[in-house]
Amino acid sequence: MKTPKSLIRILSFSVLSLLSAWTAGCRSGKSSVTLAGSTAFQPFAEKLAERYMLIHPEIGVTVQGGGSAVGIQSALSGAADIGMADLVRLPAEAAELQPVTVAKDGIVIVVHPSNPLSGLTLDQIRGLFNGTIRNWKELGGSDAAVTVVSREAGSGTRTSFEQIVGGFSLTGDAIIQDSNGTIRETVANDASAVGYLSHGLLNEKIKALQVDGVDCTVEAIQAGRYSLVRPIFLLTRGAPTGAAAAFIEYVRSPDAQKVIGESGLIPAIQ
Amino acid sequence: MIRIGEKTVRRLLMAAAFSAIGGLLLIALFIFKEGLSFFIETGFRRFLFSDVWDPQSGRFGIFPMLVASLWVTLGAMTLGAPLGVSVAIFLVEFVPRSVMRVVKPTIELLAGIPSVVYGFIGVMVLAPFIRSSFGGPGLSLLAASFILGVMILPTIISISVDAITAVPASYREGSFALGATRWQTVRMVVLKAARSGIIASVILGMGRAVGETMAVIMVAGNAVKIPHSPLDSVRTLTANIALEMGYATGRHREALFATGIVLFVVIMILNTAAGVMVRKRVSGKRG
Repeated sequence: MKTPKSLIRILSFSVLSLLSAWTAGCRSGKSSVTLAGSTAFQPFAEKLAERYMLIHPEIGVTVQGGGSAVGIQSALSGAADIGMADLVRLPAEAAELQPVTVAKDGIVIVVHPSNPLSGLTLDQIRGLFNGTIRNWKELGGSDAAVTVVSREAGSGTRTSFEQIVGGFSLTGDAIIQDSNGTIRETVANDASAVGYLSHGLLNEKIKALQVDGVDCTVEAIQAGRYSLVRPIFLLTRGAPTGAAAAFIEYVRSPDAQKVIGESGLIPAIQ
Repeated sequence: MIRIGEKTVRRLLMAAAFSAIGGLLLIALFIFKEGLSFFIETGFRRFLFSDVWDPQSGRFGIFPMLVASLWVTLGAMTLGAPLGVSVAIFLVEFVPRSVMRVVKPTIELLAGIPSVVYGFIGVMVLAPFIRSSFGGPGLSLLAASFILGVMILPTIISISVDAITAVPASYREGSFALGATRWQTVRMVVLKAARSGIIASVILGMGRAVGETMAVIMVAGNAVKIPHSPLDSVRTLTANIALEMGYATGRHREALFATGIVLFVVIMILNTAAGVMVRKRVSGKRG
């Protein structure tokens, strides 16, 4: 009753790791690969794992969430063969991990559909989120106080957003929501809100703004014109070997990249 | 049929009892083991009274959260305590027993509604209402206080009802015999006699308000700052732990466990206070 999502995430993660360790022990003669980390990439990894196991029934692929930090930690400790992380710059402790980019994800700035603005510059975004722009009329909008909505500290989306926009610290007035979905609901319910979320989660209840005059579209991201883009990495300790290497190779194959593109992310390899 | 000996049952029950206590002890030990070193290294005052919480740059001050928890709880008590106690008085003193036997379990059913449902109602109904009628972001201290105030009603009502019911009928009869009206009797005799039980119910409600997490995360907005008005968004101690647990590693994780210690101590104090109040009532009755 009082278990929030993140706690459930940790619990299920530990239970799953135990279970997977156990089943891996029982399945003799069958090699297995474990992935853990980024919740943004988790659904895609699960889908790809299913497809991969259809082609290669001799390899078992297990996918767990936990967030980018867990991805890095478990790749370092060996709890997972492959860590998943969605950060622009990997932290220092990930230096001994070998990253492979498997997809890209755009971060969209979103407002309420009634907001008359159509776009912002990076400077204006910085001003809104560090609290120097406090009223929409400063940007030519209506006379209403800005409600800044952000993710919690440590979130891959927030870390990437802050790294790309750069040079600011989030205003203390910012409302914090703990998932892309709740950010979307909060912005959809508040006419003066501004937030950011993963490109794949846009819908008609919220309005996406142009950044420096560029719409967040798959084409713009692939052409490198849209600036708020983060890569999604698969991390291995040292060069990947055996089944892990084979699975990473599969994720980068045209077939898998097509699946990634169809379900909302941007393929890393065209 | 297999006959189980008296001794075996005794041992089984004892094992069950001790496993519950052992669980509590283990949890306490674990929290203190994970968080205490951080507490000592950072220093009591810097952790409790610094108002900058920025895990990325290694600054951990929980003062805004401490203040927020305090205000949210106070707000919830302002709404929940008078309302709850009034309902309890009404149910025991002014309504036939047969009605109370239906109404009380219904109120206790409220306690069974998952907190996420309260939070959902808060987000969908209360927050937009506050935003459109008073301004601000809607997700606010006021919204959290209101939702918590409603959530603690079952606790306060059911314990207060028990306390008021436990007042011997002879007290009331004595009061009536002296010519007191019904309300005078309630005010001057019943409430005085049931006082410690009612206070215990309020303290237990307070404990629930301090510890509630999910509903608060959903409606409070979770901004890390010291609130200046009830319409400001706030983050409570519990929300802070739950929000950042999934990502926290190293010092950040220890800081969250240290936040847990603070919460643990606060709730222990509240529960002990409630316990003392209840014991006072029992011994008072004997004397």
